[in-house]
Amino acid sequence: MSGGWFSKLKAGLSKSSNKLVGGITDVFTKRKLDDDALEELEDILIAGDLGPQTAIKLTEALAKNRYDKEISDEEVRTVLSEEITKILEPVAQPLEINKSHNPHIVLVVGVNGSGKTTTIGKLAKHYSESGLKVMMAAGDTFRAAAVEQLKIWGDRTGCSVVARDTGADAAGLAFDAIEQARNENADVLLIDTAGRLQNKKDLMAELEKVIRVIKKLAPDAPHDVLMVLDATVGQNAHSQVEIFRDTVGVTGLALTKLDGTAKGGVLVALAEKFALPVHVIGVGEQADDMRPFEANAYARSLMGLD
Amino acid sequence: MFDTLSNRLGSVFDGLKRRGALKEADVSEAMREIRLALLDADVALPVVKSFIKEVKEKAVGEAVLKSVTPGQQVVKIVHDALVDMLGAESQGLNLLGEPPVAIMMVGLQGSGKTTSTAKIAKRLQEKERKKVLMASLDVARPAAQEQLAVLGEQVDVKTLPIVAGQQPVDIAKRAMQAGKLGGYDIVMLDTAGRLHIDEGLMDEVAAVKAVTNPQEILLVADSMTGQDAVTVADSFNQKMSLTGIVLTRIDGDARGGAALSMRKVANCPIKFLGTGEKMEEIEEFHADRLANRILGMGDVVSLVEKAQETIDEEEAEELAKKMQKGQFDLDDMAKQLKQMRKMGGMEGLMGMLPGVGKMKKQMAGAGIDDKMIVRQEAIISSMTKAERKNPKLIHAKRKQRIAAGSGTSVQEVNKILKQHQMMSKMMKKVSKLGEKGLMRSLGGMIPPNMMPPGGGFRR
Ligand SMILES: Nc1nc2c(ncn2[C@@H]2O[C@H](COP(=O)(O)OP(=O)(O)OP(=O)(O)O)[C@@H](O)[C@H]2O)c(=O)[nH]1
Ligand SMILES: Nc1nc2c(ncn2[C@@H]2O[C@H](COP(=O)(O)OP(=O)(O)O)[C@@H](O)[C@H]2O)c(=O)[nH]1
Ligand SMILES: [Mg+2]
Ligand SMILES: [Mg+2]
Repeated sequence: MSGGWFSKLKAGLSKSSNKLVGGITDVFTKRKLDDDALEELEDILIAGDLGPQTAIKLTEALAKNRYDKEISDEEVRTVLSEEITKILEPVAQPLEINKSHNPHIVLVVGVNGSGKTTTIGKLAKHYSESGLKVMMAAGDTFRAAAVEQLKIWGDRTGCSVVARDTGADAAGLAFDAIEQARNENADVLLIDTAGRLQNKKDLMAELEKVIRVIKKLAPDAPHDVLMVLDATVGQNAHSQVEIFRDTVGVTGLALTKLDGTAKGGVLVALAEKFALPVHVIGVGEQADDMRPFEANAYARSLMGLD
Repeated sequence: MFDTLSNRLGSVFDGLKRRGALKEADVSEAMREIRLALLDADVALPVVKSFIKEVKEKAVGEAVLKSVTPGQQVVKIVHDALVDMLGAESQGLNLLGEPPVAIMMVGLQGSGKTTSTAKIAKRLQEKERKKVLMASLDVARPAAQEQLAVLGEQVDVKTLPIVAGQQPVDIAKRAMQAGKLGGYDIVMLDTAGRLHIDEGLMDEVAAVKAVTNPQEILLVADSMTGQDAVTVADSFNQKMSLTGIVLTRIDGDARGGAALSMRKVANCPIKFLGTGEKMEEIEEFHADRLANRILGMGDVVSLVEKAQETIDEEEAEELAKKMQKGQFDLDDMAKQLKQMRKMGGMEGLMGMLPGVGKMKKQMAGAGIDDKMIVRQEAIISSMTKAERKNPKLIHAKRKQRIAAGSGTSVQEVNKILKQHQMMSKMMKKVSKLGEKGLMRSLGGMIPPNMMPPGGGFRR
């Protein structure tokens, strides 16, 4: 996933940040950092989905030593990107596979349509290219043609897919998949799940059951519970992460669809609040369109620097 | 977790009401809270600004300052402005024109286009007796065409046979032709998800529009969408002149501010709400309801409708009469518990009532939840007929028997007896207020100190 990822990230993010940057430039070209200027800056951050609370915090940090001073556009952006980097740096961590887990089991969860299946396809490609034997489990036994969708990702990536018919028990499928992964000596097992809204108690309970069944075969698994977030989401991401974390023990995040204009700015607040690792970002629909999450690059790109 | 928008406004107006006469400073304070609440609800900033400005101007007006209940006045102004912005009337689809009439679904990846296509097709076929053909133009997402085909079978709506390798514009032409030849009234075109900044794909969808001349172009958008909603709606609208919006996943706990944003920038009505993953889970849009929900007045309309569906009118009437006379026995209480369960239990009911968040916490603190309802029903069913008619008969020994019979404890039996006492007392009190029987019986389920602020407020 190295080589050129940065330029692709920038290409994606520069679209996201054009408006943001334009706004900041308008506000701060040779201007005094007074209350009006700060409020405008706060508004710009809010428009980037950072959320009102985080926006206020960041502008206060900016005002601390610079209130009423002349400040250039470049300086504003740098300071803000540094603040954001500080927040995000600790959570920028790769999703590492431990071969001795045999297989390392990753359960992929999230709300409907966030990009779970696609991210699994991308991860499968990434890990198999790095020499690991990858297997996928079509655990979305609910949505129409979800099984077929993952099977196509199997063909694309040359990884095998364990599947049952739509309507089958998702937990049972997970059980089968672990057995099969062991039989075939796979290093990684990526388990897809049906999208579900976090406020649906019964569907969340079903996910808990999947985990219970996984633990019957592998008590220390799932080794990762990856939650996939769509960058277009707004403040509801707080509720999503909180409830998924509390019920199924999310261990890390993936942020998809960063190739659009949505900034995924809520991530900054999420990092502060939950401190969950952010492993990868999605920047397109193809197998190669995944990048590691890198705090400084993300923050600087978000602010239109570099 | 953040407070819900409902709670937030609820507490602001609560403050206003307590203060009595409304001062300009109060309005400003309320507006600050409303601004924050709307932002937390993902209403786009420019929309928030114009909304606040408009409401503030109205609220600081004389009528409000002179008013006796300023809180209510402000609630009404905010409510009306919200309804106004959301578009007051629910609007159906425009199906006029020479058949087959094309309906096109567009939107970002994963927003719910395919699901909504099938839901709307089912509705048109079943409710409006239209002959509908669906076609998937999604050649991008793996198995997308199969997905629509499977849904077509589920809802018993025909889908255009899949021709491998065919491109969207050609599929669209073929769909219209098949629609004509097959004598279909409507052809629904499900398109691939696309980013509004993807010029190639935006041109493609415009080309589809050109060859099919759709009467309706519906933007399908997720109610969890953040600030980007304005950009998305604006771009799609510029490119294709949208005729309506379908707001999906309203069954989630997102506050749905995106609805306001999109309604405003795309300047076309919200036509449907997606309320779940199942094919019948779609509703017509009612601005009033959404505004009420946003304002913390609770989705009272929905609550009443749901109640009408699930509660036996006569039974409810009878219950109401008994309550008025203070003859509320344990059998009646059991009936009420059953009704509550039918209406979606505590969770379901709470979701529709105002001041939800605050109350949920209190209820959790008091150990009131859906499991409790089931246990209480068990306790009552372990009593004899005579005991249920006359709870005074239940002395220590009987309590032990009932507890054993229901697998509970004497404390729990005591609790329910006490609750019954309290409820029958309250029933008498509430009935004097002369509210409708139904709301009375619902209100009665909740101890008075747990009633949400402004819960009884009606427009
Ligand atoms: N532009 C873009 N599209 C993406 C990205 N990731 C996923 N998608 C698209 O988003 C849509 C939904 O992705 P899926 O992977 O099917 O999402 P899911 O979470 O598995 O969806 P459900 O199983 O239906 O809940 C598809 O059309 C994907 O091609 C991304 O990073 N960028
Ligand atoms: N809970 C809920 N899920 C929905 C709703 N509409 C669609 N979905 C789900 O969202 C996901 C993506 O939907 P789909 O129709 O495939 O989206 P598309 O990519 O825009 O065609 C699927 O898992 C659907 O079941 C809704 O109103 N409520
Ligand atoms: Mg999926
Ligand atoms: Mg689709």
